[in-house]
Amino acid sequence: MRAGPIGLGALILVALGALAAPAGACGGLVGENGTIQLVRTTTLAAYHDGVERYVTSFEFTGEGAEVGSIVPLPGVPTKVERGGDWTLQRLTREVAPPLLASTVGAPRAAAADAEVLLTAKIDALDITILRGGGDAVGKWAIEHGFLLTPDAPEVLDFYAQRSPVFMAARFDASRAAELDQQRGDGTPIMLTIPTDEPWVPLRILGLGLDATQDVSADVFLLTPDRPQLLAGGSGLSLARSEQASQGLLDDLRSDKGMGWVPSDLWLSYLRLDTPARDLDYDLAISTHDGSEPSAIAAGLDASSVVRRVTGGSPAWPVGVGVLAIGVVVVALVTVPKLVRRAARQTS
Amino acid sequence: MTRVRYRAWALAAVWVVASGITAAYAFASSAADDGGAEVLGPGNVTVTLDIEHSRFEPARIVVRQHSDVTFRVVNHDPIAHEFIVGDDEVHARHEAGTHGQHGALPGEVSVAPGKTATTTFPFHTPGTVLFACHLPGHFAYGMVGDVVVRPGR
Repeated sequence: MRAGPIGLGALILVALGALAAPAGACGGLVGENGTIQLVRTTTLAAYHDGVERYVTSFEFTGEGAEVGSIVPLPGVPTKVERGGDWTLQRLTREVAPPLLASTVGAPRAAAADAEVLLTAKIDALDITILRGGGDAVGKWAIEHGFLLTPDAPEVLDFYAQRSPVFMAARFDASRAAELDQQRGDGTPIMLTIPTDEPWVPLRILGLGLDATQDVSADVFLLTPDRPQLLAGGSGLSLARSEQASQGLLDDLRSDKGMGWVPSDLWLSYLRLDTPARDLDYDLAISTHDGSEPSAIAAGLDASSVVRRVTGGSPAWPVGVGVLAIGVVVVALVTVPKLVRRAARQTS
Repeated sequence: MTRVRYRAWALAAVWVVASGITAAYAFASSAADDGGAEVLGPGNVTVTLDIEHSRFEPARIVVRQHSDVTFRVVNHDPIAHEFIVGDDEVHARHEAGTHGQHGALPGEVSVAPGKTATTTFPFHTPGTVLFACHLPGHFAYGMVGDVVVRPGR
């Protein structure tokens, strides 16, 4: 049985820590016919005084049909607006000459209705901020014409257990036509998100992909100081970690809506290259002295650990065998003595 | 006399040990083959299959031949699934097909998000019969299990 109206895609990013944090990523969108198209998405997340500013760009695929994405968020946005026109491109240019990479450090909700917290129309994009468990958000997506891939229930639950806030974004093809948007045109958006514990969702980037498909992403972080990073798996490497140049910060600050960029930031640039089957983790970030990144925020929750070590054959038959051996050993020691004692008494 | 009795006890002990180890190994091997599943049937049998995160639980069911199994399929996911049990031809047809809602044929049923559906299918021949969901991408994702049909006693 083939199904499906619109495609709901997957993915994107979020994050971070102490002032501005950018992240660029590749995401999968589910097309109307169920096929996955890799579409490059670039993201910037900024954190300052407990407020994260998150900038990403959605690329119009020009398929003529509506496609969309779901993005897990670390908190409830207070504002959704159009992002700067070239902020993301400037960040990409900043890291264009790649340096030597080094591997980064370490290593169910109720099915009630999702709560719509915020809606916004930005160019041809319809943005909806949702709060709810994985089932509730999945139900909302289905009811609004998204096609969820079979891995979606698990992935939505994975994020909802940590933060039940999601952003659903969908292109309106007719509005895109009215705006004369062409295939490949991007629409930047910026979210303002108060949060105490920033993280960058990576697992969502593999949503809907075949296990062997590669996920490639660029993750930019801008923080007040050098951040501590914890990735929940392999495949993520730190390509740049340095004080952000004044030229970069001045350029970013001069873009539309980017006046909040401070004069002193640390730039981290990470590259993600891994098969979708191995991408079951996120990137946790700490920008506080003496505070380690959260293992839970990196996707290393206790339940997943338990899940990996359970299963296999029941152990009790082996225990019975060991017990039988013990009984026999005791018998071998005591019975001859009893026999000899009985023999002595009869003689 | 004492030495003879001692030997008898020793032989008995060895026999007990060997029997215990053999029995434990045989049970563990058998349990592993069946995924630890209880052998059901023959006759009318009802099995509840839970679907969560696009997986069947349990993924293996063991029945005696000449069992009529009623599958009660509970979909805990927010997305639609289906339950198809049958031979290779049935699965090939559904994996490539463009079927609508299921429910008319034994062993084929669609399950809406958060809903429960039932279907009954007979198992008369010893062997292994697959069950799966053939919505786009679901089989490849791992929505598959099997029914092991054991010879009648």
